[in-house]
Amino acid sequence: MTLLQVVSEAALLEGYDLKTSELHGLSQRGGSVEVHIRFGRKIYSPLVSQGKADLILSLERQESLRGAYFANPQTKFLVNSLVLPIAFTKPLSEKEVLANLNKLSLNVDLVSATDICQKEIGTGVVAGIYLLTLAVSRKMIPLKNESILKAIKKIIPKRHLELNLKTFNLARS
Amino acid sequence: MFNFMEELISKKSGQKVILLGNDAIVRGALESGVDFVATYPGTPASEIGNVFYRLFKEKKYKGYFEFSTNEKVALEAGIGASFSGLKTLVAMKNFGLNVCSDSLFPFVFTGAKGPTVIIIADDPSCHSSAQSEENSRFIGLAAHIPILEPADPQECKDFVKEAFNLSEKYKIPVIVRTTTRVAHQKMPVVLGQIFKSGRAKGKFVKDFNRFVTLPPRVLEMKEEVLEKIKKIGQLAEKSNLNFIVNGSQNKKFGIITSGVSYLNTMEALNELKLSAPVLKLGFFNPLPTEKIKKFIKPLKKVLVAEELEPYLEREVARLAKEVNCQVIVAGKNLLPETGESKPEQITLALAKLLNLKYKEPKTVKVLKLKRSPQLCPGCPYWLVVAAVKKAVDVKKVIFGGEIGCYMLFGNSPINLQDYLFSMGSSTGIGHGIKKATGQKLISFIGDSSFFHAGIPALINTVFNKSNPLVIILNNETTAMTGHQPHPAGALQESKVDIKALVSACGVKYVKTIDPINQIEFIKTIKDFMAKDEVSVIIAKHPCLFATKRNV
Repeated sequence: MTLLQVVSEAALLEGYDLKTSELHGLSQRGGSVEVHIRFGRKIYSPLVSQGKADLILSLERQESLRGAYFANPQTKFLVNSLVLPIAFTKPLSEKEVLANLNKLSLNVDLVSATDICQKEIGTGVVAGIYLLTLAVSRKMIPLKNESILKAIKKIIPKRHLELNLKTFNLARS
Repeated sequence: MFNFMEELISKKSGQKVILLGNDAIVRGALESGVDFVATYPGTPASEIGNVFYRLFKEKKYKGYFEFSTNEKVALEAGIGASFSGLKTLVAMKNFGLNVCSDSLFPFVFTGAKGPTVIIIADDPSCHSSAQSEENSRFIGLAAHIPILEPADPQECKDFVKEAFNLSEKYKIPVIVRTTTRVAHQKMPVVLGQIFKSGRAKGKFVKDFNRFVTLPPRVLEMKEEVLEKIKKIGQLAEKSNLNFIVNGSQNKKFGIITSGVSYLNTMEALNELKLSAPVLKLGFFNPLPTEKIKKFIKPLKKVLVAEELEPYLEREVARLAKEVNCQVIVAGKNLLPETGESKPEQITLALAKLLNLKYKEPKTVKVLKLKRSPQLCPGCPYWLVVAAVKKAVDVKKVIFGGEIGCYMLFGNSPINLQDYLFSMGSSTGIGHGIKKATGQKLISFIGDSSFFHAGIPALINTVFNKSNPLVIILNNETTAMTGHQPHPAGALQESKVDIKALVSACGVKYVKTIDPINQIEFIKTIKDFMAKDEVSVIIAKHPCLFATKRNV
């Protein structure tokens, strides 16, 4: 949800119209959480249509499969290779996830964002900001790095800001 | 740094702020000068109460706010404030409407003195709801209450203001109905000026004729309500809340829609590169019938794009008979009656209705994940589950569930749930099963649920003599909806004593046990299951978050 806020503020800064959709409630008890953002000249619906996603950013590798409904062969996937196990099931390996995602699209990037952040920054919690910055730097999201930076400064609470700015710089390097 | 409360309260008229639908409702109420707010939490309406709670607690806005014990009590508190002349807002999710209906109907009859707006949040697709998929529009027709339906956060804010104006002018409570995708949608919202009423207190002025529904006066009141609705209907004809897009386009085909379905309709038209007139209705009740008739008169086909049950479609079909017998009215023959509106559904419906070439998107099949929500790690309810499983043969005992975190008892690996209904119902239904069968039964009820609607059901087991074991899960907060306080909450200064309350209901066997004491807990379950009267265990252990913060 924080990532959604950052992208929203950045899009607003660049003068886009935007709509987002998020789910609260039951989804917070360890269920999966799916949020949508659409920005452009004029946006009506807060929902991405079936098969119409430009980018599916997944913060956990198995969860990326839930993007299937919104994917088309041009859809880009940016997936954190982190695994949060589902109770009583063996987690899918990177290979299994990739094999499934490649049925949808060949534009799949699996990134060890949590591991990289853990190693370089000292915590994996900033993996989301890492992936988001990566997506912008790689032009998967048509927004400027500066806008993302401004949005991070606006949204992230002061006590966490330094950590997030470090992450932003790490992802850009 | 970002401070949402500051952002919501300090930004000035004309500025653009990204707001959630629910936050926009709060801002709309502040711009209207709301004095009194009451709510019972329920998603997708919960944030409205949470934001007001913080605003008033942090003294960022002068007024009164409360989390009431249930939605009926919240509405009644609001009615009292309205009768005392205050500008009042009451918010709840759809099931709350069922709970408060008993007082809502007469409130429409007496009318509002202080302008009153009631927010009802529906949850198509049941993202955050068990129990049923409900369409609250029915209340408009049943209770003769005006209903406005915003489609996005900007409209949430503007419609709340409009609703207060309507309520003020016609002295009638007004409902603003949202759905999950409206309440939890964000967009840049252009703000208006915050209005501070400056009213410190209201005043109740006795007025028998106005506030007492005693017959025969009540029937006169009904006539007055029907007259008000007629007048509001005339206003709806001219209101810019009901508008036409692409009015000058081809007049053979048109769409009538409202709420999120309007947004999805506009996307569908873009997708098909189609231009057609769209009548977007902000009023659901009363409908601008003349405007609708004028809209369908020249058309050959009309699609009614709406979520859930075909309320609009029925009305449009009825009106079509008056002005244009030939027109084909499509709706639920092409759109589902279950689940929320999606843009691709409307695209497909339009393509079918107009015989357009359209390649339906196909989803490639990949592995399906089964990640279901679970109780949090460290949740005290795990301890209750463990004790129950050790104390009884779960195959031989019936388990009653209801609404709260413990409805997750229905999921694997817990599997302790044989029926799941509304708040307070686990014991009510349990009593019926006991009377009908004599089978062994344990009903679970949360603390907030117990205060909400569980007490009458418990008294009924004493009054009519049945012997379920009721386990009150006292985690000292309303956890499921975001840790709102309740009468026995961890941070309450003077708590209502649940055990004394249970005893006062006439229950002889009642014990408060921290489920950390597994041996005692297991022994008590076994002991109480053998009683021939109702028994109650209060499983008291705070939610990990309950002692730290409210909302």
